[in-house]
Amino acid sequence: MNIDWAALGQVFGVSLVVTVAMVGVFTLGIVGTSAKPSRSGAGSGTVTAGATGPSALGRSGAYLCFALCAAAVAYGIYLIVA
Amino acid sequence: MEHITLLIGIVIITALVFDFTNGFHDTANAMATTISTGALRPKTAVAMSAVLNLVGAFLSVEVAKTISGGIVDEGSGIQPEVIFAGLVGAIVWNLLTWLAGLPSSSSHALFGGLIGATLVSVGMDGVNGDAVVMKVLIPAVAAPLVAGIAALVATRLTYRIARDRDPQDTAKGYRAGQIASAALVSLAHGTNDAQKTMGVITLALVTGGVVAPASDPPMWVIVSAGVAIALGTYLGGWRIIRTMGKGLTDIQPPQGFAAQTGAATVILASSHLGFALSTTQVCSGSVMGSGLGRKGGVVRWSTAGRMVIAWGLTLPAAGLVAGAAALLADQGNWGVAMVAVLAAIACGAIWVASRRQPIDHTNVNDTNVNDTSGAESAAGPSVLAPPSTGAALAQSATEAVPVTTTPVAAPVAAPVPSAAIAAAPIPATPTPVTPATAAATAPAKATV
Repeated sequence: MNIDWAALGQVFGVSLVVTVAMVGVFTLGIVGTSAKPSRSGAGSGTVTAGATGPSALGRSGAYLCFALCAAAVAYGIYLIVA
Repeated sequence: MEHITLLIGIVIITALVFDFTNGFHDTANAMATTISTGALRPKTAVAMSAVLNLVGAFLSVEVAKTISGGIVDEGSGIQPEVIFAGLVGAIVWNLLTWLAGLPSSSSHALFGGLIGATLVSVGMDGVNGDAVVMKVLIPAVAAPLVAGIAALVATRLTYRIARDRDPQDTAKGYRAGQIASAALVSLAHGTNDAQKTMGVITLALVTGGVVAPASDPPMWVIVSAGVAIALGTYLGGWRIIRTMGKGLTDIQPPQGFAAQTGAATVILASSHLGFALSTTQVCSGSVMGSGLGRKGGVVRWSTAGRMVIAWGLTLPAAGLVAGAAALLADQGNWGVAMVAVLAAIACGAIWVASRRQPIDHTNVNDTNVNDTSGAESAAGPSVLAPPSTGAALAQSATEAVPVTTTPVAAPVAAPVPSAAIAAAPIPATPTPVTPATAAATAPAKATV
């Protein structure tokens, strides 16, 4: 019996790293484009109504994250076709 | 095409029917969580998956070199009768698990069917035991573990990163990401599984001398296989979608995204690195992993246990049906015709049974899916350790195996409809199945 542990380990490692990385990056993108909750400015005592919008830096960082994910999807399609 | 004999014709039709069942059995893999989180409406989801399956069928011309991946010795002149019997076994098992709403691997059903048919027709020598362990048993254990752990960690991470964000604010983004992952799964499924059917049909054509050995499949084979799997996908295996989307755990958008991304990654990584894992088992595992990854999330181990049992039974059950079919088909043309008729009756009976409690796109997201009798254990570190209920279920379900042989093995007048209907209560407790088994077993054995 010859079990290919190396291939199995590789599949496990790659899957874990790529999944966590993709989900992490995409979530950062979502966080970057979504509104910050108002409690970030609560310490000063001024009550800000509603949420503050995402900063320009956050927004461009988020687009970079989404671009990374799009590239990963494109690579996935390439893997399927090849 | 004038040289296609009746037998080859029957094999081709059976292969397309298998392809069709494969399609609607596996819609859940790509779309169950997408539907349950509301990322796509049910009909939209299956339509999208169907189109991508069709596209996937045309993407690659690399036809599966061996239909069984070396499990069955195809070199020693595999007969069309064996392929036919194997396909019948796989179809019947696919339909029975669909009736029970259990996701199980269509590839394993095909392997099991081919093994059973080969054992009967050729004998022990025709089956490669090592390959069974390597290609079926180890992946069956590894797939849900790998996908489950990846999805669990990813779910934890995504909840942590987005913990100070309003869930309503982020849901849209998560859903978009989930749709992209689901699309990848659909595409990969179309490429892999439609290819498998093309391989089967091409092999049948080669054995019949219609096309030269080692040739690419004719265009009509590619088109028909792609259309069959797409139609099956569009029909939607709503029973299985409900189990995977709602039955195993309650899925929120971040979980759905993490689960689907994990599934897509594992499927692509495993097929690319040469350690093919079952799509169904990967997706089920990632759904459970994402269920455990959310704080307060629960995995319904009773449902998970039934599903794992179905995985374990897939190979032997499909093999039993296929073995019986091979025994009959080896008798000559009348035997083949008999198997075809019995298989059609069995499929009809299962369909009739399914109508008693229809599940379609209108009620696929209903929450009262599951028996509450089973253990609902809170999220814990044991990804794959269903508590003792699992063992009890295993026992009753093992006894239930003969049910699967009944529709094919029993004569027309025998309890085909009753057996199939008795197995109807969808994902209900296994208890109603067991008494039916007692009734069904006796006549089945008598006729075999």
